[in-house]
Amino acid sequence: MAEQQVLNKNEEQKPQAKMVTVFIMGQKYEVPEGSTILNAIEYAGYQLKKGLGCREGFCGACATVYRLPGDYKLRGGLACQTVVQEGMYLAQIPFTPAQKAIYDIEEVKPDISTFQKYYPEAFRCLGCNACSKVCPQELKVMDYIQAIMRGDIELAADLSFDCIMCGLCTMRCPAEMAQYNIALLARRLYGKYMMPKPEFLYKRIEEIEQGKFEDEFKEIMSLSPEELKKRYAERDINFKIT
Amino acid sequence: MTVKIPYYPGCTLKSTAKNFEDTARLVAGIFDYELDDLYRWNCCGAVYGLSEDNVMHKVAPVRNLLRVKEVGEKRVLTLCSMCFNTLKRANYYVRKNKDKLEVINAIMYLENTTYDGSVEVIHLLELLRDEIGFSRIKKAVKKPLEGITVAAYYGCLLLRPGEIAIDNMEQPTVMEDLMEALGAKVVDLNVKTECCGAYQTVARKDIVADRTNLIVEEAHKMGADVLITSCPLCHFNLDRRQKDAKERHPDFKPMPILYFTQLMALAFGFSEDKLGFDPHYVDPRPLLKERGLL
Repeated sequence: MAEQQVLNKNEEQKPQAKMVTVFIMGQKYEVPEGSTILNAIEYAGYQLKKGLGCREGFCGACATVYRLPGDYKLRGGLACQTVVQEGMYLAQIPFTPAQKAIYDIEEVKPDISTFQKYYPEAFRCLGCNACSKVCPQELKVMDYIQAIMRGDIELAADLSFDCIMCGLCTMRCPAEMAQYNIALLARRLYGKYMMPKPEFLYKRIEEIEQGKFEDEFKEIMSLSPEELKKRYAERDINFKIT
Repeated sequence: MTVKIPYYPGCTLKSTAKNFEDTARLVAGIFDYELDDLYRWNCCGAVYGLSEDNVMHKVAPVRNLLRVKEVGEKRVLTLCSMCFNTLKRANYYVRKNKDKLEVINAIMYLENTTYDGSVEVIHLLELLRDEIGFSRIKKAVKKPLEGITVAAYYGCLLLRPGEIAIDNMEQPTVMEDLMEALGAKVVDLNVKTECCGAYQTVARKDIVADRTNLIVEEAHKMGADVLITSCPLCHFNLDRRQKDAKERHPDFKPMPILYFTQLMALAFGFSEDKLGFDPHYVDPRPLLKERGLL
């Protein structure tokens, strides 16, 4: 009887949040509804040293694969951005041991031959689109690989711009390529050799170095806070960049 | 009024066979057709998978056909013989095997639509023959190709298997008829449907060098000055492997290999800088100058 009372008392102290059941690497856990996968893993007692990073959906360190009840599809997501669902089966993929070519960006040419040399496996793409299906960023992964296969580096750089290099595409690819590293090469080539140069920036840097704005800065620095506020309020916000 | 025709480029037309694409655009433009690149496309599959149950290798070509349907079009134009062959055969396959089409559509579940076999795959040569017509082509000629003798080389991909052939499998004449309309003298090349050696060019250059030697030699024997083709792979083999052919066969005599669209653009009066002769291993310009065509 006394034991029963203790149990009841403990029950009252449990958090009031509604719980959902998830399976982390096959082990069943009750976690608060609305948690991200990352929070759920930590709530379940795991202390993560790999498989997490920025917690803001930018770094790509917390790639996770999961499946939902009644659905055969293996889905991909970032643990820090994906909310748990009832009956979710999940496992993290903290690292992808993917092929990464070593090259000197000064030495390589911005054309298809560079990809043929460093990533010949890219040309094995079958067009199955398994990569795009799993991409947590919802990128057109297959399309950027296809662009590379025909030497369209600009399109590849553009389509892969939001890649966070989580590695899930590589884990699913029947052609066994590392799409995200291949895309990185495309973006580097685009940035170094193809992107229009910001001429206005070079011009402005030159002007700064020549001291064109020195006097104006000196004047601003000499102003009192009141004068600064007045200047700020009166500033021309429709100025044209020259 | 200009007719926009959905166009599937394929990878070589954007790289090593850019001169084929550029001249095809010029030629189509003469008859008010505009080659309208598909907004999104992937590799055609580059070699049709012969295994009937190898569905995976047919996803790529079928996905391209789905792209055509997706933009509400009924047909797609190709230039590369390989792309033509792969797309048209995959289309034929899914029309005959609805169960396999279902599997392919299931794999492509991210797409907004499904494919149903409704798109027609056509080659530029068919458009020229069947829709534009050789009489219109003849009228558009500004500089008749008098003075050169042309041999047409078809290879395999436009003609085999019979279900997808654009012409008579054994005795095709579409390219000869076209060249006659341009005012050229043509010869009926006896080896025009034989193999160029295809992808053996990667690992067994010797095989392709020997094929090139045979085909070019036969063309010389029949009095041809140039060979024309519609296939970037045949073009690569017959042009680039002339170097290897010469090494293996000291008596070998070179011959310029051209895309049929280059000769069309020449006959329609486009200037030399538009004809894309720079990438050729065997430069056609000396011959064309000698015959007063450049």
